Amino acid sequence: MSENIITYPLIVHLFFSIILMFFWNKVKVQKIVTIIGNFVALGVAIAVFIFTWKNGTHVVNAGNWEAPFGIVFVGDMLSATLILLTAIAGLSVSIFSVISIINARLRFGFFSVYHFLLLGLNGAFLTGDMFNLYVWFEIIIISSFVLISIGGEKNQLEGAVKYFTLNFFGSLIFLTALGVIYGLTGTLNMADVAVKIQQVDNQILIDVCAVLFLTAFAIKSAVFPLNFWLPASYHTPPSAVSAIFAGLLTKVGVYALIRMMTLIFPHDVFLMNVLLVLSVLTIISGSFGAIIQNNIRKVFSFLIICHIGFMIGGLGIFNVLALTGVIFYLIHDIIVKTNLFLIGGLIYRLKSTTNMKNIGGLYKSYPKISLLLLIVLFSLVGVPPLSGFWPKISLFLSSYSTENYWYLGALILGSFITLIVVAKIWSEVFWKNQPELKVSKRFIFFDKLYPIQKWQFVTPIVLLALFSLYIGFGAEHIQSLSERIAEDLYNSQNYIDAVLKP
Amino acid sequence: MKTLILKTASDILLPVLLLFSVFILLRGHYLPGGGFVGGLIAAIAFVLDAFANGLENSRKIIKIHPGFLMPLGLLISFASAVTPVFFQDLPFMTGLWASGHIPVIGKIGSALFFDTGVYFVVVGVSLTIIFTISENA
Repeated sequence: MSENIITYPLIVHLFFSIILMFFWNKVKVQKIVTIIGNFVALGVAIAVFIFTWKNGTHVVNAGNWEAPFGIVFVGDMLSATLILLTAIAGLSVSIFSVISIINARLRFGFFSVYHFLLLGLNGAFLTGDMFNLYVWFEIIIISSFVLISIGGEKNQLEGAVKYFTLNFFGSLIFLTALGVIYGLTGTLNMADVAVKIQQVDNQILIDVCAVLFLTAFAIKSAVFPLNFWLPASYHTPPSAVSAIFAGLLTKVGVYALIRMMTLIFPHDVFLMNVLLVLSVLTIISGSFGAIIQNNIRKVFSFLIICHIGFMIGGLGIFNVLALTGVIFYLIHDIIVKTNLFLIGGLIYRLKSTTNMKNIGGLYKSYPKISLLLLIVLFSLVGVPPLSGFWPKISLFLSSYSTENYWYLGALILGSFITLIVVAKIWSEVFWKNQPELKVSKRFIFFDKLYPIQKWQFVTPIVLLALFSLYIGFGAEHIQSLSERIAEDLYNSQNYIDAVLKP
Repeated sequence: MKTLILKTASDILLPVLLLFSVFILLRGHYLPGGGFVGGLIAAIAFVLDAFANGLENSRKIIKIHPGFLMPLGLLISFASAVTPVFFQDLPFMTGLWASGHIPVIGKIGSALFFDTGVYFVVVGVSLTIIFTISENA
């Protein structure tokens, strides 16, 4: 049973999280173990990706109980890609958190919970059972709540309460939707539901169920009008934590939406229209939110919302070309958004603030770092040939050919405002002269760190920037990968056959 | 609450409750019971002792920090879940059963080790929470 390999990412993260608990009070040992753990996870993720690339979709029945009765883990190309991206982002953020987060916070089991978070993410990407998906979501929420509130500063707890309340509410709606779908079809295995829901006559109940799922996942992925928790909470925890949140937590909501839309409610015209309307509103609210903010981390938070709208709209168009764009954008977005928040942390270390008004002259004092950040910011905007440019071709083409002009307009507006925001950041942070800084004496600036510590700050950003460059310059590979995933998603019969083995 | 009746009773109840928790743990595969309930009963035994004889006394009885039981229990459960993957080439969490019958315990399978792990985790978590709260009270 070489298929067992797809469950190895789960086993690795669970194992390292248990090992880390044994070293509860020894932060130094924890730092080493967590980096080793993330390297192992990256290796395993690469192996899973190669295996899936060669052998196609394959299934592991947990506990050897046959589907649809037991829980299945399905490794298709989408899951394998997302697991690989999780491993890359997870490794970078773990290196960054080792150096940037103070020991007083790390002592409360930070790394152990961090591995649990990655475990939850990997599980959510792998599972082929809806209730199991709910359980993985709970693991993600609980561990992210610990991560967001560790340290216990006042504004941090305020953000954590907002974050937790809304996400918990989302879980409640998710559970309700599961109840409805179990009542309709009598099963919770995704492939089995996909088959049986076609035999249900009551279209209105199916629509109600679809809207319940949409609401639940919209809360998690910060889709308008359920997005206000995100900018209210993402700037409060340490940068390393918000980086992993920004890169992966909202994307897991998008992933769940993609799965539901393609597998269980394909070609549901009502749902497609709702998604398109929501995407336009999400892009507008996110981009205009970003343009008026002065705190860099808040700007980035609003940009997350804006770009979630890009993906939701492509999902609403629902053809192979649009799905290709969505998948490509997802790949690009996970890497870039993680990196943006790491950059926020680096700027904070350089200048002791993240308010744009008080920062300036970064280009003058740190030209090399500025060039590095330039790559990431331009990837975000999508200056050709960097990574944000390529998925937009597919999205623009598909929205034009299906005459979704509102979405097309919103895409152009969103991209344009992203450009303005990046230009604003560039002129304020990098080109403007440095205004007077009010600094407490205890703050340790980047200059006063040892060279090895400096490298620890910069290495994860370089790693992710290199990957962004690869996505941009090796766009051919990513495009063919996205096309393959999109084909798989559009013709979901392969997935169903792989699980149910007719 | 240092009454004589509670003190005398708790000296007898502690071993009885611990034995009972193991009994509940072992019968749990087909009958009501299992690691979670068993763990709670074991935790109650120590809590009762702490009420009667003071926190320090029950700490002395347990000897190790109860927080240590959490990763220990997780490790036992984890081992039982991955054994089929690495030794039998089966999907993880597949139940493995040894042939032969052992008196009192019955048939031994990986499910028993999984439940034992749960037992330790529950004891560890509940005692850590309760001891921390009663320390600060």
